[in-house]
Amino acid sequence: MSDDLAELVAAAKNGDREAFNALVQATHAEAYTLAYRLTGNEEDANDVVQDAYLRAYKGLKRFRGDAAFSTWLYRITANCAATQISRRTRHRHEDLDSVEIGDVRPEIDPEARAEGAVLRQRLQQALDELPPRLRSVVVLRDVYDLPHEAIASELGISEAAAKVRLHRARRRLREHLFPQRGEESAHAV
Amino acid sequence: MRCEDVAAMLPGLVDGSAVADRRVARHVESCLRCQAELVQYRKLLRVLHNLRTEVLTPAPGLLSDILTRIEAAGEQRAVRSMLTGRRVAYVGALAAATAAAGAAGAIVLVSRNRRVRLAG
Repeated sequence: MSDDLAELVAAAKNGDREAFNALVQATHAEAYTLAYRLTGNEEDANDVVQDAYLRAYKGLKRFRGDAAFSTWLYRITANCAATQISRRTRHRHEDLDSVEIGDVRPEIDPEARAEGAVLRQRLQQALDELPPRLRSVVVLRDVYDLPHEAIASELGISEAAAKVRLHRARRRLREHLFPQRGEESAHAV
Repeated sequence: MRCEDVAAMLPGLVDGSAVADRRVARHVESCLRCQAELVQYRKLLRVLHNLRTEVLTPAPGLLSDILTRIEAAGEQRAVRSMLTGRRVAYVGALAAATAAAGAAGAIVLVSRNRRVRLAG
């Protein structure tokens, strides 16, 4: 967590609402991105983010600072998204092309960025086609680096179940991105 | 051991979230097909990880919607704490009044006893 965020968190914990508002302003785009990736549509993502910040505001005094504020917020967002997904009566697909990508951070390795550009569109499509219960786990683990234990806890499942879902999700994504098994030869390592 | 038996384990072996027993490890070491598949998993993990650096742009109204809800929650909290404060003050006043009434009663009793003794 940056020093600025740490200061804002400390002030917000002491009841400074302006500091909390500044925290929201600084982090809401990232929280929205996670919510969008978990729910797969803009409307649900908006609801999830609003719920998540409300819960964060009410529970901020319980935030001990063991993890980064962003990690804490991701956990709350994941939990709210799980609730929203289970509440949803039908799964909606939204055209991912309509979502504007606002910020590709410059520190990313250029080679990885080029590779990401080639595979990103297919990966987004593959993620969108995953059932929400598989998508949640792979996004939280492989995109946001949340520990298995945290993922299991926020989704209300066992750690073993979280791992099973993760491996299934990875397998489906790989099959989507690389349709022919063993398509690349080992010397491509 | 066949590739099909190992395939289900590869998504866990790629990052150590599953552990290979000796037979599986030996198969993967000698099988180019499974090694190629592991390479694909590594690539998948890299692309997934890079997604973290992309931040989507939320709809312009989202920030103000969040802040409005926070403000409403803050006001509710303030009203609740004011009511709680009043309740504490009310209970305190009640306790003080009860104590005062008790003390007054005791004084009356004592002075009445004294008068009875003097009369006797």
